[in-house]
Amino acid sequence: MSAYGLLPFRFLRFDDARTLVVNDVGESLFLANDDFARFVRHELPPDHDAYLDLKAGHFLFQGDSLAPFELLVTKYRSKKAFLDGFTSLHIFVVSLRCEHSCHYCQVSRVSADRRRYDMSEETARRALDLAFRSPAPRLKIELQGGEPLLHFERVRQIIEEAHRRAEEEERQIEFVVTTNLALIDGEMLAFFREHDVFLSTSLDGPAELHDVNRPRPGNDSHARAIAGIHLAREALGHDRVAAMMTTTRASLESPEAIVEEYARLGFDSIFLRPLSPYGFALRSVRTTGYSMREFLDFYVRALDHILALNANGAHLVESYAQLLLTRMLTPFSTGYVDLQSPAGAGIGAVVYNYDGDVYASDESRMLAEMGDTRFRLGNVHRDTYAEIFGGDTLRRIVAASVAESIPGCADCAFVPWCGADPVHHYATTGDLVPHIPTSDFHEKHFFLFKHLMSLYERDATTRRIFWAWVRREPMRSEEVA
Amino acid sequence: MRLHETARVSGIDRPLIGRVARSPLAAGRGDAWLLAENGVLPCDPHGYLGVLSLGDLPDDAPELSGIPVARGLRQLGYLDDGDVVAVDPNGFVRALYRRSSRSNFILVTEQCNSLCLMCSQPPKPIDDSGRMEEHLRLIDLIDPATEELGITGGEPTLFRDGFLALIARCRERLPDTALHVLTNGRMFFYRSFAEKLGRIAHPDLVLGIPLYSDIAARHDHIVQAAGAFEETVIGLQHLDRHGVRVEIRVVLHALSIPRLSRLATFIARNFPFACHVALMGLEMFGLVHQHLSELWIDPADYQRELGAAADILRDAGMNVSIYNHQLCVLDRRLWPLARKSISDWKNVYLPECNACGAIERCGGFFQSGTKIRSAHIRALPSMEIAAP
Repeated sequence: MSAYGLLPFRFLRFDDARTLVVNDVGESLFLANDDFARFVRHELPPDHDAYLDLKAGHFLFQGDSLAPFELLVTKYRSKKAFLDGFTSLHIFVVSLRCEHSCHYCQVSRVSADRRRYDMSEETARRALDLAFRSPAPRLKIELQGGEPLLHFERVRQIIEEAHRRAEEEERQIEFVVTTNLALIDGEMLAFFREHDVFLSTSLDGPAELHDVNRPRPGNDSHARAIAGIHLAREALGHDRVAAMMTTTRASLESPEAIVEEYARLGFDSIFLRPLSPYGFALRSVRTTGYSMREFLDFYVRALDHILALNANGAHLVESYAQLLLTRMLTPFSTGYVDLQSPAGAGIGAVVYNYDGDVYASDESRMLAEMGDTRFRLGNVHRDTYAEIFGGDTLRRIVAASVAESIPGCADCAFVPWCGADPVHHYATTGDLVPHIPTSDFHEKHFFLFKHLMSLYERDATTRRIFWAWVRREPMRSEEVA
Repeated sequence: MRLHETARVSGIDRPLIGRVARSPLAAGRGDAWLLAENGVLPCDPHGYLGVLSLGDLPDDAPELSGIPVARGLRQLGYLDDGDVVAVDPNGFVRALYRRSSRSNFILVTEQCNSLCLMCSQPPKPIDDSGRMEEHLRLIDLIDPATEELGITGGEPTLFRDGFLALIARCRERLPDTALHVLTNGRMFFYRSFAEKLGRIAHPDLVLGIPLYSDIAARHDHIVQAAGAFEETVIGLQHLDRHGVRVEIRVVLHALSIPRLSRLATFIARNFPFACHVALMGLEMFGLVHQHLSELWIDPADYQRELGAAADILRDAGMNVSIYNHQLCVLDRRLWPLARKSISDWKNVYLPECNACGAIERCGGFFQSGTKIRSAHIRALPSMEIAAP
């Protein structure tokens, strides 16, 4: 028996021959099953390759050296650095009104009643007061709806005031407007250009699919989105417009066509998103819904197609894979509100609804629209910063979302790369803490981590592509076939 | 190129350091060596630090009475305005700084707390702490327009406060000069030392620190110092925490090649903050000859390992260079990473290199070590030089 000690790690029987070990800071190694058995029995001899790999990878230690602990401490701190600075993303729902009536949309209203569903000037100002109380060194203000361009006056006010205050306080700030682009015009674009606004839009695929998913008067959503994308790129720069897709039942058969549509339009990223189980989406589950298994089949086909395009020299990133791979392959911190531990609801992002209610996340707001206000943190007119961001509601969410302590997650090899989503689990099961064997969230992420790892292992070309995604740059010229 | 030679001296009873002046100066004469060529003085040497004479100068010239003089220099004919030269009472003349060169360095001490198997400049156990004064004086005399200055040894941090004083003086006198320090980083295991260096806040400082293995025992064997890995690794962390930029240097030989990819992963995972990683060929000089059987591997035989390590580091977004490799033994795809890294004063090419189409891009050899070399050195025809 060698006198070595084990450092914290988790493992997974990856396939018939190999065990995947992952340490607390997300570094992983494949071991032959036999070597793994010897490793945990303290039987690996110190000149064995597996011993050396495990030692260098901080899975075992020997003697009184401080280095493994010092390095692990630093790496753990780096991995959790997304917690520094507290809430940085502040989402303003400037209006609930929208001229689209998408089947899967959670909360928008087609209504002419401006007073009822628009954010008031005073509400916006009070929400900004709260946003600027955040200690985050860098603030990100996202304006969404409904369709925010229907209430452009408020968009203008929020961006102008936030910009001025950021300058006064010498803080970095960035703006994102989430819009379907159907109503974009030259005046709006000139304003966005002046304030360096980033636009995020929806594109579900080719016209026939997009227009079925996203009905609007005239049935011209796709044509307007494309026209808007071109106008916005011209005014703001090609890389200042991104698009996201939502997967519906109708999408499941056309992953390749959806990917092609993004490639055709010159996007360098596509974000393959499943439906959220909220609001109208839940009610229309029969027409738009599907199982997680069906979504994952769709995702695998779409990702294969994206990889094939990249192998031929295109630069098109799948954003969710990029996030997961960054966690799997690098020592860097990646906060992502819906997949981090503790979850980002409230402490990474916060939503100011049109009526001044403050929610821990967009999903929390949607739940409230269905009548459950459990995740309402307060109201900008009635509550103080301390009450909203230091109150029991937020504390309960955070306490329930430390994945490392959730039954079923605590022992999972993938937990250093994963996260928790208490709002999702509450919405789907009534419990903040997931029941892992039946959780679709677990099904999705367990599958994706394993799938991405298998792809990474499969061939050198895929590794080159994945690393380029992680670096957030095109592949090096000599890597392109 | 020689950086020192012995002259016949008179009137020198302590080491004198000054700038070379080839023509009369309006100001700063007291810091200047007046340079005499072909027995001719440019002007009356009174008021100058002294006279350096390339070739002979009459012994009995009346204008030289009472003036420090070093005569009979032959090797240092390249000396030019602004170069800094030290003359010792025993006649030893050293060019400490050449204004036209990009390879200037200060050799802080010849002592070291490691004894690397392949050290090209074996340490000497002498107390040379008295040199600190000369180093500080040199910094005062160096042209502030100098782009780059090396700080080396031995192990320059051994003087601790002296080292910090040196960096602080550079910050004060040469704020626009990039400083590149070669250190084993072990002293930064002491966090307060890293903190003090960080607090100097030199605007353009990089510490080049060697790391030879991801396994402590192997690194410690290569540097012949127990506990060195521990100190260096923790030192790197401390330096980053205190805002000091670091470069990691890996020397490639038979002991470092087998786990080179693992070392690359270790660097990417633990030291992603390193601003540069240099993968360096052996310099065939100094102690390496005593350990040749343990260290030698023909570079042509480790191209796969070198390429894999470079890929891992570049995949991770790190800035990678390959030093001290002749292009004819380097995989064509790695050429973009190759740097002409050998200092001008010790850089040579072989006779067969003259026929090579890539000689302009090639780093060539260390003057000191061309005898033991890859069996695959050859002149490259132009068709092999075109980009793949």
